[in-house]
Amino acid sequence: MNKEIQMTCIVCPQGCRLMVVVDETTGEIQVFNNKCNRGPVYAKKELTNPTRFLTATVAIKNGFHNRLPVKSSIEIPKNLNFAMMDVINKTEVQAPIKSGQVIIENILETGIDIVATRTMEAKNQ
Amino acid sequence: MYDSIIVGGGPAGLSAAVSAVLNGVSKVLILERDTELGGILNQCIHNGFGIHTFNQELTGPEYAGRFIELVNENKIAYQLGSMVLQIINRGETKDVIVVSKEHGYQILQTKTVILAMGARERTRFMIQIPGTRPAGVLTAGTAQRYINIEGHPVGKRVVILGSGDIGLIMARRMTLVGAKVLRVVEIEPHSNGLNRNIVQCLDDYGIPLQLSHTIVEIRGNNRVESVTVAQVDAHKNPIPGTEEVIECDTLLLSVGLIPENELSTQAGIAIDRRTRGPEVNESMETNIPGIFACGNVVHIHDLVDYVAKEAEKAGQSVARYLSRSVQIDETIELHNGNCVTYTVPQHIRKEAVLDKQEIMFRVNGVMKNVVIILKDQDGDREIKRVNRLAVAPGEMEIVTLTKKEIDTVNKAIVISVEERA
Repeated sequence: MNKEIQMTCIVCPQGCRLMVVVDETTGEIQVFNNKCNRGPVYAKKELTNPTRFLTATVAIKNGFHNRLPVKSSIEIPKNLNFAMMDVINKTEVQAPIKSGQVIIENILETGIDIVATRTMEAKNQ
Repeated sequence: MYDSIIVGGGPAGLSAAVSAVLNGVSKVLILERDTELGGILNQCIHNGFGIHTFNQELTGPEYAGRFIELVNENKIAYQLGSMVLQIINRGETKDVIVVSKEHGYQILQTKTVILAMGARERTRFMIQIPGTRPAGVLTAGTAQRYINIEGHPVGKRVVILGSGDIGLIMARRMTLVGAKVLRVVEIEPHSNGLNRNIVQCLDDYGIPLQLSHTIVEIRGNNRVESVTVAQVDAHKNPIPGTEEVIECDTLLLSVGLIPENELSTQAGIAIDRRTRGPEVNESMETNIPGIFACGNVVHIHDLVDYVAKEAEKAGQSVARYLSRSVQIDETIELHNGNCVTYTVPQHIRKEAVLDKQEIMFRVNGVMKNVVIILKDQDGDREIKRVNRLAVAPGEMEIVTLTKKEIDTVNKAIVISVEERA
């Protein structure tokens, strides 16, 4: 049995509408309507282990602003979004912070770090 | 006396300043009204910026950080918390009147000005949604600032009107900070946001996108209690009987941006009614010699990379203007043809074109398999034809003409888009 899946590729802003055919007995995946060869790679990953970059903010004490922007060092498994947000939402750091500094190391034992995406000086410096 | 004063320290202003200095302009000053450089990028914490400029996907703060580093490396002066009140054209020089806590009221003299004030979001009152006036109705960008910079919670049950990229990004962001985004309502029959944002901001979180619908009423005493959604017809008029009341405490509006041109208008700069930004020539110079403009103050861009590139051109043009290497010569106009809603630049001085000239424009509808045709109005002669797989109002198009091609134009260039047979 073949299963047909419609999918929008999110690799680049073009957003190709992919047609993906999965052979349910062999598990073989075929991809159509892709304009470049990154489409099939994305489609296969999306069906087996979908990942996304996670960006968020953490609380910062004595910072120039109240929130410090952060991101995952690499793409995270999509289903860990909210579990990671729970950790991020409970995190508080102290200014000053340098852009690229690790804020949460090895979050949820995934080997992924949460890093700062800007430098933030302490208040009144 | 400054060589160039740049009004605005967002991506356009920073890129223009760096470009001016790298092209040999020495006394440059950036005036920024906020307490730090970077502009709106500071609150755009999501990634996806810089694919063209830096060849990688950066977050907004990282992108701004790159330009701020360049400003510091090149020792470019900037003044924060400084609000420009007026720009006065005195011919060869301009006066920039600015007020700040630190320096009080200043009249700064400069040979050139680069306008880089960006844009403002359209508000509830500009789209005239009827109803009461409770708290909880915010533009998407205001909510973004509250959440990402100031750390204030915005709401728990949210409806978003408008499916441009800012609306989509905020739908995901609100969800990640624990709010329930009930739906995104869009008056058009299609979203103006990128397909990838519909997938990774809405579909990933099961947020419904309701096309051809709008909000016809807001209710609530102190705080929003509900909004009424209705379907619209082909003319965007609500269809009676389709109303649906949705209980919520917050309504975010992502309904477009308007270039911020109060200073430009006051200075006597000609504004294009189509873009709501200054009319510019091939060098990003306005109708006042020595006053240049770039970024969202000229026309709304889809990608910050395009803003940075346009600003780079403005910086180069300031250097050329100061070295007096451009003579003002014959000007040709650019006109809208079939399906085209505006062009930037609006005029081209043939002699001032270097080796090539980019022309930016937008179309008025979604079309597949089209050809972009550029013609000389004199004799209806075709100059160039370019094929595209698809065009949409939400995506700015760019066509590049060579100096040779421009030299052949006698009168005006008309740009039109037609479907291919």
